[in-house]
Amino acid sequence: MAKSPSRAKAKSSAAGKSSAPPVANRERPDQPGRYRATKDELLAFYREMLLIRRFEEKAGQLYGLGLIGGFCHLYIGQEAVAIGLQSALDGDRDSVITGYRDHGHMLAYGIDPKLIMAELTGRQAGISKGKGGSMHMFSVEHKFYGGHGIVGAQVSLGTGLGFAHKYRDDGGVCMAYFGDGASNQGQVYESFNMAELWKLPMIFVIENNQYAMGTSVNRSSAEDQLYKRGESFRIPGLQVDGMDVLAVRGAAEEALKWVRAGKGPILLELKTYRYRGHSMSDPAKYRSRDEVQAVRDKSDPIEAIKKLLAEEGISEDAMKDTDKEIRKIVADAADYAESSPEPDGSELYTDVLVESY
Amino acid sequence: MAIELKMPALSPTMEEGTLAKWLVKEGDEVKSGDILAEIETDKATMEFEAVDEGTIAKILVVEGTDEVKVGTVIALIAGEDEDASAVEAPAEKVGAAKAVVDVPGEGKDIGREPSQAEITKADAAAIEPRPADPDIPAGTPMVSITVREALRDAMAEEMRADDRVFVMGEEVAEYQGAYKVTQGLLDEFGAKRVIDTPITEYGFAGVGTGAAMGGLRPIVEFMTFNFAMQAIDHIINSAAKTNYMSGGQMRCPIVFRGPNGAASRVGAQHSQNYGPWYASVPGLIVIAPYDAADAKGLLKAAIRSEDPVVFLENELMYGKSFDIPDLDDYVLPIGKARIVREGGDVTIVSYSIGVGVALEAAETLAGEGVQAEVIDLRTLRPLDTATVLDSLKKTNRVVVVEEGWPTCSIASEISAVCMEQGFDWLDAPVLRVTNEDVPLPYAANLENLALVDAARVVAAVKKVSYLD
Repeated sequence: MAKSPSRAKAKSSAAGKSSAPPVANRERPDQPGRYRATKDELLAFYREMLLIRRFEEKAGQLYGLGLIGGFCHLYIGQEAVAIGLQSALDGDRDSVITGYRDHGHMLAYGIDPKLIMAELTGRQAGISKGKGGSMHMFSVEHKFYGGHGIVGAQVSLGTGLGFAHKYRDDGGVCMAYFGDGASNQGQVYESFNMAELWKLPMIFVIENNQYAMGTSVNRSSAEDQLYKRGESFRIPGLQVDGMDVLAVRGAAEEALKWVRAGKGPILLELKTYRYRGHSMSDPAKYRSRDEVQAVRDKSDPIEAIKKLLAEEGISEDAMKDTDKEIRKIVADAADYAESSPEPDGSELYTDVLVESY
Repeated sequence: MAIELKMPALSPTMEEGTLAKWLVKEGDEVKSGDILAEIETDKATMEFEAVDEGTIAKILVVEGTDEVKVGTVIALIAGEDEDASAVEAPAEKVGAAKAVVDVPGEGKDIGREPSQAEITKADAAAIEPRPADPDIPAGTPMVSITVREALRDAMAEEMRADDRVFVMGEEVAEYQGAYKVTQGLLDEFGAKRVIDTPITEYGFAGVGTGAAMGGLRPIVEFMTFNFAMQAIDHIINSAAKTNYMSGGQMRCPIVFRGPNGAASRVGAQHSQNYGPWYASVPGLIVIAPYDAADAKGLLKAAIRSEDPVVFLENELMYGKSFDIPDLDDYVLPIGKARIVREGGDVTIVSYSIGVGVALEAAETLAGEGVQAEVIDLRTLRPLDTATVLDSLKKTNRVVVVEEGWPTCSIASEISAVCMEQGFDWLDAPVLRVTNEDVPLPYAANLENLALVDAARVVAAVKKVSYLD
């Protein structure tokens, strides 16, 4: 580690030269390493990431056929983030909340793809009875608290979930995901402040997929190293390769160690990439096809894990079999979602309020 | 079996388009992400990507074809274990897919049954007997307390009864409340349950809402509802809509409370009535009490409610004393108006501080031989229209008094209800007596001119009674 520059030296470098990086004056988390996964864990990661990929491809197709309406934000390319992080959580006590690009986080929790797909097609069998749609899905049973359509709102709401964990002293941690776009919302920083002030058990996760709709991080963020965004609230940040599921899982382990030790919140910036448009109606004029193709060719999280599996002696055929099995699950979900009935008209007035007055 | 590629839609409204160009030919190997074709409509062009791996076996629609219907099979891809040359174009599919009946699943057993849907509708009155205020046992002593004390007692009693209940907001703990409503709570319940927040309305409204979703029972105090404008996104988008959007899975039992409406000489940014704003939102309960007994009984009900509640107080009322029955657990029904003064000549409907104005006017009118019935709405959503309409049928005249702007107001809503449901009983148009339609001025004389007062109410009553 570099020595602290002497006062005199710092002064002399003030003219023109950039100042030396600050030296940590308080405890910081360790730099996380890649997770050492067993063969079974690798297989599970492959399977789960592939499920998200195939599910989202199918959702894109159904949207193209007019079976899914409104907004539909696909998670293709970002699979390693949800799988790497959520595989480290304790499903019995930890909670998760995210924004509108939420299909992947739900699948990562093992929620039935049929219920998710049926919500996308607006059917009674959908997880929100067809009343939420792609952006508004929840599973209180899995401690998955949505699915929120207002950019950044989930960060304050998630901080409230973290508050509830601490209030009840239930040992749980809340993981609140948001994007590089949301990281410029004011309420994110209001939440950072309270989370650190009250030492809430929070893992703030920035899924930096490089573009807020069509605006790149560089065009929207004065500090584009988003993992530093918590520093002025004393929230330590880690930057992680979000295309490598083992790096993501390794970071999750380190973050959980920090938060479960009662040291307050931590911020993870996962550098990732979405292959598809922001939503289905994306003009794709703000980046080149070559850029997208380059990421697909060099950094695809699923191709990367296939290499690891091959090194573990898993045959190409075995991986293909898994793919076929996943395609079948997704095709069944799509059939179910296409053929399920729409909500009964009387559902219009249910669930507005819980009680009768 | 070969994979069918269907004509995609560029948007939910697109029905057909042009297959402008094929970028692959029969026999080409494709993998996920490869661009297969360009599709055009009059508005846009889209690149059509492969999602499956395989070999292009057949191109069924040649490039340059116009008016290709969405969903038409345009090509076939053979999987790698298939012989591409053996793939045949499909015959038209016969029969629709089998209908799947709904199956019980995650969360779906939690919400209200469709058969009970009617209960949520505005005319619930017709379906269930109306809840009434609890009977006060004979001989119950009355005690005089201020509205401020009533609110504090309501919170303290509910916090004693349920350890999920906590209070958060600016200056609620060590300062003892900006308006002293939370006085003494920190001493009794400690810093875990009486929480001073930074000045960060949007943030702490979100934190409170999230805590409610996570199973707690927050009471979020806004120093005034004017500041809650910074937080209105969470009150409406997060708290009010989530139960519906989740199909009844995710509840949000929270109370947002604080002073609302004009105080005294604090200018336009600190003097607005948000009752009409929140009362327009399905998914919220909105309460605006006038006296101490209602403040206590309704705040207790609000804290116990499974639904999100906006509880609108009034700074000028905090110090006013009223008699309240000395009962251990005084809880009032939400959604029920109260007749605070009976009369047969005219109905004056109001809420919050406006009730005092209405009562003052009624007293003046009684001296002139006009007996006014004064209704305190107490709850602004759901609105107790039955009580208003019953009174209208008796008096045939309605004046609505509101300390707030006239346009799109609660008064406007009451007028509409009287017109729609009480037209045949009306002997005169419903009149609105409200503040003037201006931002509230600071100068004492202008402020007086802008605010609703009893003289204007008296004049309106005379007008609907054809007495002037």
